[in-house]
Amino acid sequence: MSQLATTNPAVEPVEAFTKLEQNGAALMPLRKAGLARFSDSGYPTLRDEDWRFTNVKPIAELPFRPTIDPLGQALGQEQLGNVTFGQLSADRLVFIDGHFNAALSQIGDQSSGVTVTHLTSGLAGLERELGSLSIGDDNPFVALNDAFFTDGAVIQIADGQRLAKPVHLLFVTTASEDGEAAHIRNWIVAGANTQGTIIESHLSLGQAATVTNVVTESRIGDGANIEHIKFQDQSNRAFHLASLHSELGRDAQYTFHSIALGARLSRNNLRMRLAQPGIECILNGLYMLRGQQLADHHMVVEHAAPHCDSHEYFNGILDDQSRGVFHGRILVQPGAQKTDAKQTNKNLLLSDDATANTKPQLEIYADDVKCTHGATIGEMDDDAIFYLRARGLDTPTARRMLLHGFAGEIVERIRHDAVREELNALVLGRLEAVHKLD
Amino acid sequence: MLQIKNLQAGIEDKPILKGINLTVNAGEVHAIMGPNGSGKSTLASVLAGRDGFDVTGGEALYNDNDLLDLAPEERAREGVFLAFQYPVEIPGVNSAYFLRSAVNAILKHRGEEELDAMNFLKAVKVKMKELGLGEDFLKRPVNAGFSGGEKKRNEILQMTMLDPRLAILDETDSGLDIDALRIVADGVNRLRSDDNAQVVITHYQRLLDYIVPDFVHVLHDGCIIKSGDKSLALELEEKGYDWLTKEAA
Ligand SMILES: Nc1ncnc2c1ncn2[C@@H]1O[C@H](COP(=O)(O)OP(=O)(O)OP(=O)(O)O)[C@@H](O)[C@H]1O
Ligand SMILES: [Mg+2]
Repeated sequence: MSQLATTNPAVEPVEAFTKLEQNGAALMPLRKAGLARFSDSGYPTLRDEDWRFTNVKPIAELPFRPTIDPLGQALGQEQLGNVTFGQLSADRLVFIDGHFNAALSQIGDQSSGVTVTHLTSGLAGLERELGSLSIGDDNPFVALNDAFFTDGAVIQIADGQRLAKPVHLLFVTTASEDGEAAHIRNWIVAGANTQGTIIESHLSLGQAATVTNVVTESRIGDGANIEHIKFQDQSNRAFHLASLHSELGRDAQYTFHSIALGARLSRNNLRMRLAQPGIECILNGLYMLRGQQLADHHMVVEHAAPHCDSHEYFNGILDDQSRGVFHGRILVQPGAQKTDAKQTNKNLLLSDDATANTKPQLEIYADDVKCTHGATIGEMDDDAIFYLRARGLDTPTARRMLLHGFAGEIVERIRHDAVREELNALVLGRLEAVHKLD
Repeated sequence: MLQIKNLQAGIEDKPILKGINLTVNAGEVHAIMGPNGSGKSTLASVLAGRDGFDVTGGEALYNDNDLLDLAPEERAREGVFLAFQYPVEIPGVNSAYFLRSAVNAILKHRGEEELDAMNFLKAVKVKMKELGLGEDFLKRPVNAGFSGGEKKRNEILQMTMLDPRLAILDETDSGLDIDALRIVADGVNRLRSDDNAQVVITHYQRLLDYIVPDFVHVLHDGCIIKSGDKSLALELEEKGYDWLTKEAA
């Protein structure tokens, strides 16, 4: 408990809890268990194998201020119109500092089997489900989230249904005090043979050292085909912690994209369980960092059934003193024959002070499997630059083209046309504006 | 067009080119042959402006200007084209985007109107057909995962699109099957005119059956040890290099 007993004006956990209890007694067992786990573990340190390269001490030292109540920031539609994906034709759920904002959200006509709502809307039975997919995870931030989450999205797609429009979850922090923390909980259930695109974006208005701690549990049914695009572009003082716990059904196709451009520190824990045969799971990520930024992707892909494919593709562009961390564990359980698991992590260092830590970890307990991994850390390819210059392109153009291509390898995998195009333009713009190309 | 005088160049204190003399006039095709490691690609690289080679003596004039003083992209815009012995794979960079940028960089330099996407596509598709390249080719990243033959054909496609004055082809025939060889040679021959020139580096006489050279030079240990007409290539095919290198020693 010592970790939480910080000085004023941070709140005491008990105080926070009292308020949360008013919001729904049914969730208290989950919350209490989370709090107990966190009290035991405290924040992770560099001594924890899973956190070797990512120091969360700056988070631990922040005052403890979960945004149990909305911060009362008045936001208008015009402020959101200009944000990335703000113009996208989608059903949009907007959460401000971890609280659903009905006025800014638009939920259109989805077919009758589709539910798009938020957690505190009073959905019956959900309290028994929450935590069922994240339960085995000893990540202290999941425990914190269990204890303190305020709200989040709920997407449920009944068997055979498809999302008529993409669902865009827009999470904005407006917090102006260091340590203000939005704990967000998302719940996604896609039934058998469902289809849809889910976009999750995280932005900051304001420059405080805020914390976003989002936990998403998703159950993707047999034969479902779901694309999930996560876009994180928070302020460079923000801390962003995310974890995704997915269980995939037979022949499911699930593609998760993580585009991490913002935050002082971001960590994405991806926990994929391939529990039935015939699954294709793609984890595809891009991080573009500068200054003191750190982006960490930490994944465990568990092949628990035969004939599943998993592919991880992560590219990072690292400038200044930034650091990219990639940890990819592939666990092939006994009996998961004919597993095809591929993993690549490529890092492009634009500065001598940038660092990449990449760690593949293959644990294979079946004999008839194909597992490959490759990691590269390097500067821009001089041969490629020369090749382009020998075709008449000047050095800045050549460098821009290579960087864009490097980022484009990831962005190109996004299937949703409008999202891909918007991201492509955004990435190109960022490269031009931010990274020295001459 | 190109006058190379006593050109000496090396890499990290290691001399590779040891005094090359070569004059190429407009309308001519020159073949450069020679054993592995004799310096053929080094000559091509120095002419194209690759970093890492130190020119320690001599000069290369291109249309009476100092070629070696220009940045690689300036040389390209002035009409020098190098078809690489080992074309570089550039994952993520779309072939159409790359090629249109290159074409437009050169058109702009010449003060000509740049091609919009439509006109570029029209032009490139004609050339692709001539070279037997499928339509999906433009959508693929530059050279990434291309077969050896596709890479070489891509070099020729770029050459025909960029319409160079001086084209240097470094072993463009290596790795080509006989049909591809003919297609590539036809590509080069279509380009030939009185105001441009080609320098063809090759190990094989068979290419020179299709691209008939006006001159053949033998490079050995950084020097041109023999020059002649197309019959020299036939002689080399028959006798190898030994008789020449002994003569030179
Ligand atoms: N980057 C480099 N670093 C060190 N040595 C080099 C480098 N590039 C070329 N060389 C050396 O220079 C010499 C000439 O090489 P070059 O590639 O020009 O030969 P080449 O005539 O093109 O041979 P090939 O017929 O095999 O293509 C060789 O001894 C080679 O090892
Ligand atoms: Mg060579």
